[in-house]
Amino acid sequence: MTEASTENVIEVRGLRSQFGDHVVHDNLDLSVRRGEIIGVVGGSGTGKSVLMRSIIGLKHPDAGTVSVFGENFYKASGQIRLSIERRWGVLFQGGALFSSMTVAQNIMAPIREHLGFEGELAKDMAALKISMVGLRAEAGANYPAELSGGMKKRAGLARALALDPELVFLDEPTAGLDPIGAAKFDDLIVNLKETLGLTVFMVTHDLDTLHAACDRVAVLAEKRVIAVGPLDDVRQTDHPWIQEYFAGPRGRAALAAKAS
Amino acid sequence: MTDSAAHFDIDLASDGLLRLRAFGDWRARYLKPIDAALRDFADDSVGRDIIIDMSGVARLDTAGAMVLQRTFQACQSRTENSKFVGANDAHAELLEQIEDHLAPCHVEPFHRNAFVKMTERLGEGVVNATRAMLELWDFIGHTLVSGAKLIIRPARMRWRATVHHMEETGLDAMPIVGLMSFLIGAVIAFMGAKILRLFNAEILTVQLVGIAVLREFGVLLAAILVAGRSGSAFTAQIGSMKLREEIDAMRVLGLEPIEVLVLPRVVALIIMLPVLAFCAAMLGLVGGGLVSWLVMDIPPALFMAQFQESIGINNFYVGLIKAPFFAFAIAVIGCFQGMEVEGSAESLGQRTTLSVVQALFLVIVMDAFFAMFFLEIDY
Repeated sequence: MTEASTENVIEVRGLRSQFGDHVVHDNLDLSVRRGEIIGVVGGSGTGKSVLMRSIIGLKHPDAGTVSVFGENFYKASGQIRLSIERRWGVLFQGGALFSSMTVAQNIMAPIREHLGFEGELAKDMAALKISMVGLRAEAGANYPAELSGGMKKRAGLARALALDPELVFLDEPTAGLDPIGAAKFDDLIVNLKETLGLTVFMVTHDLDTLHAACDRVAVLAEKRVIAVGPLDDVRQTDHPWIQEYFAGPRGRAALAAKAS
Repeated sequence: MTDSAAHFDIDLASDGLLRLRAFGDWRARYLKPIDAALRDFADDSVGRDIIIDMSGVARLDTAGAMVLQRTFQACQSRTENSKFVGANDAHAELLEQIEDHLAPCHVEPFHRNAFVKMTERLGEGVVNATRAMLELWDFIGHTLVSGAKLIIRPARMRWRATVHHMEETGLDAMPIVGLMSFLIGAVIAFMGAKILRLFNAEILTVQLVGIAVLREFGVLLAAILVAGRSGSAFTAQIGSMKLREEIDAMRVLGLEPIEVLVLPRVVALIIMLPVLAFCAAMLGLVGGGLVSWLVMDIPPALFMAQFQESIGINNFYVGLIKAPFFAFAIAVIGCFQGMEVEGSAESLGQRTTLSVVQALFLVIVMDAFFAMFFLEIDY
């Protein structure tokens, strides 16, 4: 259950995304295996978030196919789409919590909607998720506006995990967190992956997260994935951006931190 | 292993231990039907030793582990005898992970009883209203002082921004303001004609239209439209800048938000609302004249003659003199509410609504005071 199998949960083939004349991805291929944490890195503007939005059904690909759990999401019927949507959870960059609801109500929203849980059972589930992502029980009654950035991310993760998804998308989960909070978040994700057998698709800039959490890394540049594989292999790739990214001062510091 | 929905049975073993055997697929989607039964069982068995036999469980997720752990913890009497048996490694791991996460959480902010809450809201409302009033006066004062400074040093006025706002609030509003007052002028003429015909005094429709449109409706319609259109826009613009910390950035860069954001809007509206009111009044007269001509056979020449003879220029002045005051009120309220936006997008929405409501309220109250004032001085 915990080790990565060879089955692909996400398959992107020949993806082309563009906004007007501006082509973001061209002929992009990427596969994500069941049970792994894949980190997607790339410079600003290389379309990391666009790739994620293409996979979760928010940006229609201009060419190519995207399949999740073996189904082409954009061609699937409403029924199949719904069943796919129940099997994944998404953490948006700012948490994207519903501002009119408390944290607990946010987490209960998908539970009520998809599982039909009412009353105590829904509350128990919300309490469980809140505790699992490391929030205090009192935080359940807070409105999103009252939370700090790190707490918002944790609450967003709790909502993403509400339905026990098999696949979780994280958009820059550690951005804006202090180093201690970021390290805890990395541990949390690894821990959840191991206990729940999650597959995690993570867009990140954080070199420490790549070292601490990711099984594989995909590098976006030149409108496609230029390298994908375990971190140590990717680091050897002879591409100027990759060399600058991993061999720069921050890359070396993260490596040193990992080694110690 | 069976792959059916979650179910369980209970028996009392010979050694006095409760034995709960779980079968099937214990994932979230299958738990709803059995949750109540599990709760009842747990309530009846508080303080007893329990063994939960997991060997029949095919699949388990956090929700399933949670209800099993909950039942287990509710029952067990803190002896060594209670335990889970027969779980495979993954399930045992999951059960262990869940163990520490069962504390209930707070769902909603703490609620007091209705009467206390009502009194609290009343008190809060009064305090907030008072504070808002004081803050508004403070804001008006700031705006006036900044305006006075600009009169001393006019070079600091941001004319480019002012002209931009004049276009947005004035020129762009012209078609809709014109159309509305044209229609209102026509409606007044219609209604007037219908009633005045009873007294054989149809010609007085001209007076009715002239006085109503020049004194009141032209300026009032323009002000109402501008309050809805531009007052809300001011709040939204300044409010979203506040949310993105742009206002704070301005302050630390040594730019005075009142000077940069508020004054150009206030000045633009003070210049443009009289223009809009003038156009509204003229188009209202055209509407009234057209209806008089088409419905009552009062030709334009007669309408003009009657108009010149019976309507004093003072009516026109009364209408226009009010416009800058309305404009000041609308612009200041719009900007003030924008500055009051805090925290979330929700507050932006509330403030925008509040800005329109307050601006309309103030415009109509001021109009009433003006009416009394002009009545007193007999103008």
